[in-house]
Amino acid sequence: MTLWLHILVLGLLASLAGALWRVWHGPAQSDRMMAAQLVGTGGVAVLSVLAALQDWDLLVVALALAVLAALAAVGFVKAQTPDSAGDPEETPPPTGGDRRSRAVRATAHGD
Amino acid sequence: MVTDLATYALTGLGLVFFWAGTIGLIRFPDTFSRLHALTKADNLGLGFIALGLAFQADGWATLAMLALIWMLALLAAGTVAQLVARAALSPPEEDEE
Amino acid sequence: MSLALDLALCGLILCVALGAVVGRGVFRSVIFFITYGLLLAIGWARLGAKDVALAEAAIGAGLTGVLLLTAHGRLRRMSVERAPRVGPNPMAATTGIAVALALGWAWFALPAPTAPDLAAALPLTGMGNPVTGVLLHFRAWDTLLESIVLLAALLGVWMLARDVDWHAPLGLRYHARPGGVLASFGRLLPPIGLSFGSYLVWAGADGTGGAFQGGTVLAAVVLVAMMAGVLPPPRVAQGGLRAALVVGPGVFLLSGLLAVALGMGFLTLPPAVAKPATLIIEVALTVSIAVTLAVLVIGPPDDKEPVR
Repeated sequence: MTLWLHILVLGLLASLAGALWRVWHGPAQSDRMMAAQLVGTGGVAVLSVLAALQDWDLLVVALALAVLAALAAVGFVKAQTPDSAGDPEETPPPTGGDRRSRAVRATAHGD
Repeated sequence: MVTDLATYALTGLGLVFFWAGTIGLIRFPDTFSRLHALTKADNLGLGFIALGLAFQADGWATLAMLALIWMLALLAAGTVAQLVARAALSPPEEDEE
Repeated sequence: MSLALDLALCGLILCVALGAVVGRGVFRSVIFFITYGLLLAIGWARLGAKDVALAEAAIGAGLTGVLLLTAHGRLRRMSVERAPRVGPNPMAATTGIAVALALGWAWFALPAPTAPDLAAALPLTGMGNPVTGVLLHFRAWDTLLESIVLLAALLGVWMLARDVDWHAPLGLRYHARPGGVLASFGRLLPPIGLSFGSYLVWAGADGTGGAFQGGTVLAAVVLVAMMAGVLPPPRVAQGGLRAALVVGPGVFLLSGLLAVALGMGFLTLPPAVAKPATLIIEVALTVSIAVTLAVLVIGPPDDKEPVR
């Protein structure tokens, strides 16, 4: 079991490394933010496995990460709004074909 | 041991979902596909890993902690996915570089 | 296998640290810095330093992230980000490498300090958690001064406010769509976070946790509530806010002076009352740490954003 838990942590770290690739390459800010979110979830998983491996007390650290997981992203979406204090849901979403073109623009205009 | 087998199977499945999420994050063509790949896959992965580890738990308190961790991660991921997707629909002027 | 895990973790931490400093984009550096805090927390957990891992997770991966992202958004709106970029700075790089090498040399060259046996001295503190025992008893001076430093930092931030704004609420006027995802999240998370943060303070006496860790979690959820528009931002003039800011250092300082008045050393807690006294100081410190960190991130009083 100990061996498998080690392999599991290594596998999860490999998955985190993939997410870090996306943080580096972007291109949109949302891409980087969401990749950081994946690193966060992966970090919670790594800490849970480490807790099983070493000491169940470490679950408290995983719990702290889970409680604060959304904090950075909330700060991010706030900063994206026109007055830096709003909520992206306050403006109605663009509709139909417009949405598609905007989605493409969101990816294309990064670099 | 049956409990050990359950841990191997469930945590292994969880790892597969994490990798699926990461591959989606790297390979998918635009922001919105990537968003949906990772918020769904990695939280399912975390759920399977927590469930697998639960078979090794040393008491009810540990089980409750694992469950709470997963629920909080789901809450955060759901909120963040929705908010970031909406923010990405109407991005501010431009991104850097 | 254990070694492979440690090497992989160290490699990732180094990569992320590099990613935070070598890239040109400010936003990318910020995101790398957030993941850096997260990986450091895993590193501390791997070393078995639970309390440090907890503090790193709460500060590094939580509060610092939201602070830097908010600052980045603000810079972008002031269009400072379009300023010409500075090139590579060989001076800073050389200094950084020199400091790192010197620290590495010191680690190997200096003799290991001979500390008094902590396990033998711990019962004097009435604490089961050696970290809390050391923080509030054996190095109480440092802890007291750190709590005052936090207050000084907040005063420094507040001094940035314009005189006309002094009576305005702190920070931006946050708002969110009523009934939307953000507003709901701002109502759902704080009760959980408040329970968890209080638990950390209580558990810090004998297990993993402590005033700083608990206070940071409390600060984070108060921040979420404010950003979701659920909790109105306080004003500098509010008595409750001011009292909360000084209660921690105040109670700590008074307990130290009381010890002097009773003929003991400054900041000495007699073993008979060590446990209850430590708990009272911990709770007071938690309140101050939580409120100070939250309003530090929210920023100085600001009636409206400067127009550029």
